[in-house]
Amino acid sequence: MRVRRAALELLAPVALVVCAGLVGAAASQTTQIYFVTALISVSTVVAIYVFVGNSGVLSFGHISFFAVGVWAAGVLSIPEQEKPATMPYLFDSLSSTTVGNVPSLLIAAAVGGAFALLVGLPLMRLSGLAAGIATFAVLGITNNILRYYEKIGPGLNTFSSVPETTDMLQATVGALVVIVAAFAYQRSRLGRQLRATREDPAAARAVGVSIYRQRLASFALSGFLAGFAGGLYIHFIPINVDAVYLDLTFITLAMLVIGGATSLWGAVVGALFVSALDSVLAEMEDGMTLLGRTIDLPSGSRIVVVSAVMALVLIVRPSGLTGGREFSLPKLRPAVAK
Amino acid sequence: MSRLVASGVTDFVGDAIDLQVQVDAVALGAVFALMAVGIGLVFGVMRLVNFAYGQLIMAGAFALAFASERDWPVGVGIALCFAVVLALSLAMERVVFRPLRTQSAAIMLIATFAVAFLLQSIALLWFGPLGKTATSLVALNRPVSVGGVDIRKITIVAIVTAAVCLVLLVALLNRTSIGLHMRAAAIDSQTARLLGVRANLVSTVSVLIAGALAAIVAVMLTVQFPTVTPTFALQETILVLAGVVVGGMTRLLSATLGGFLIGYVSGLLGGALPSGQSQYLPSFLFGLVILVLLVRPDGLFTRRRGLVERV
Repeated sequence: MRVRRAALELLAPVALVVCAGLVGAAASQTTQIYFVTALISVSTVVAIYVFVGNSGVLSFGHISFFAVGVWAAGVLSIPEQEKPATMPYLFDSLSSTTVGNVPSLLIAAAVGGAFALLVGLPLMRLSGLAAGIATFAVLGITNNILRYYEKIGPGLNTFSSVPETTDMLQATVGALVVIVAAFAYQRSRLGRQLRATREDPAAARAVGVSIYRQRLASFALSGFLAGFAGGLYIHFIPINVDAVYLDLTFITLAMLVIGGATSLWGAVVGALFVSALDSVLAEMEDGMTLLGRTIDLPSGSRIVVVSAVMALVLIVRPSGLTGGREFSLPKLRPAVAK
Repeated sequence: MSRLVASGVTDFVGDAIDLQVQVDAVALGAVFALMAVGIGLVFGVMRLVNFAYGQLIMAGAFALAFASERDWPVGVGIALCFAVVLALSLAMERVVFRPLRTQSAAIMLIATFAVAFLLQSIALLWFGPLGKTATSLVALNRPVSVGGVDIRKITIVAIVTAAVCLVLLVALLNRTSIGLHMRAAAIDSQTARLLGVRANLVSTVSVLIAGALAAIVAVMLTVQFPTVTPTFALQETILVLAGVVVGGMTRLLSATLGGFLIGYVSGLLGGALPSGQSQYLPSFLFGLVILVLLVRPDGLFTRRRGLVERV
């Protein structure tokens, strides 16, 4: 019974992602873009979930790890002869090195993880509002430096000529890798200890769990996965520094909260649900025919709808669409007196 | 700004004592302090960090721009600004804050995050990314000479207005019964309710006061930055939120001091950083914020809590 439940916990999100991948692969070239974006969102949101969901501590800083992943993978995989055009001030060692698709993703993840570890060492001592504001400060600093320090990247310019290797297959495999990592972590000894600190910090401490160490480990893993997601993203679409700041922080947190922040299933459902909503609205902004009627929304209305939905979900169902529970079939759910 | 010394440490010292920089920094601190009061007051009564506070200011600024583009008198513009901000504050309190009152601080913070983006994207949809200009009060940017230092009129107006508002607020909190109710709710809202404090009234009043302060801030910020875009006051709000937490959210006074301090330091650093590094001002500020939080996580101006957490 326990094994079956555990299997379901992993299989349900995996099946959902594989379905999205298969449907996307069958779709037309223009529609496929939405599916790839959605799957990269799944990677990002699950990466954030690894820390926020398991620890119960809010972090506004994860997009900084995503951003350094974007920078690492982007800078390293642009062909050498293209680098002087967009990044004339780059360090020599960076401008003379070019790596392939998979190594660049791994480097992105490693840089994200190392950055998270470095930031987490002091910051994981904080909790509550202080932690929230401190992670926000990290985001502000990261954005500020990436924006103006042109020795490590394109500064305000858009990354161009990064090989576009993230296709339907890579996005799906990437999302699956992140999901499996998140699942393995949350079932592990470390993950359970962290979840114990989320439910009751005092009791967890009383049985010998170090809140600081557990949070730090999870923060680093989370940063590692976020860096990986950033690598996937820059291999999909050329972006600049504004794309990895407040808006992305908001939309990814929205996905996590709408799905249900305390479960892996919630993170995946939230990411796919909001992505689907966003894609449909994007189509409507371009004019879409539905049931014989043409719907043509003014451009910019998608973020209005997404934020309104987020506020609504929070008011009506604060624990998210999935209630923050893992996937389970009704008869398998044990009856727990509440 | 006159820059007599070349650069480096001497420049920092030279400018830090420059009276002009000092006065500008105090004025920025005064505006930030008002925002901090708005955020701190609502936090005190409802335990809610209002991330959408900056968007209230943005809405007020758009109201001013709206009036100024139609050449309405200044008074009408300011009245419109107040009306818009107060109406929005009330709506926010009714629709979002009140239903979420029993939820955790994190949920409420994310909810106000959503409201902030909602308002910002509505503004983007309505007015476009380039925004509008509010020019009816720019005359206040003209300098007057006080003791050999050229000070812009708005600087004086900002400092005086902030001081008057703070005095009025202290009087309201200490001398009226609604003020007493608000203080009681801030200390322990459960017990206060048991003793007959009406939670809804108290939260409405605090949101309205915060809204009025947002409108005042909108007026003063549009004088200095007449171009009103959907991200108007966003950066300022983030800084003030950081300042409020750095100062200590548990008491209004420490929150206000925190807001003032971050505005003052921001103004000082802005004047003192050599021009090649001024783009990194946010990094310096946020770095300071992190440092202070690590040393005093409960706030700079609060009494230190015991080491043992409550069980």
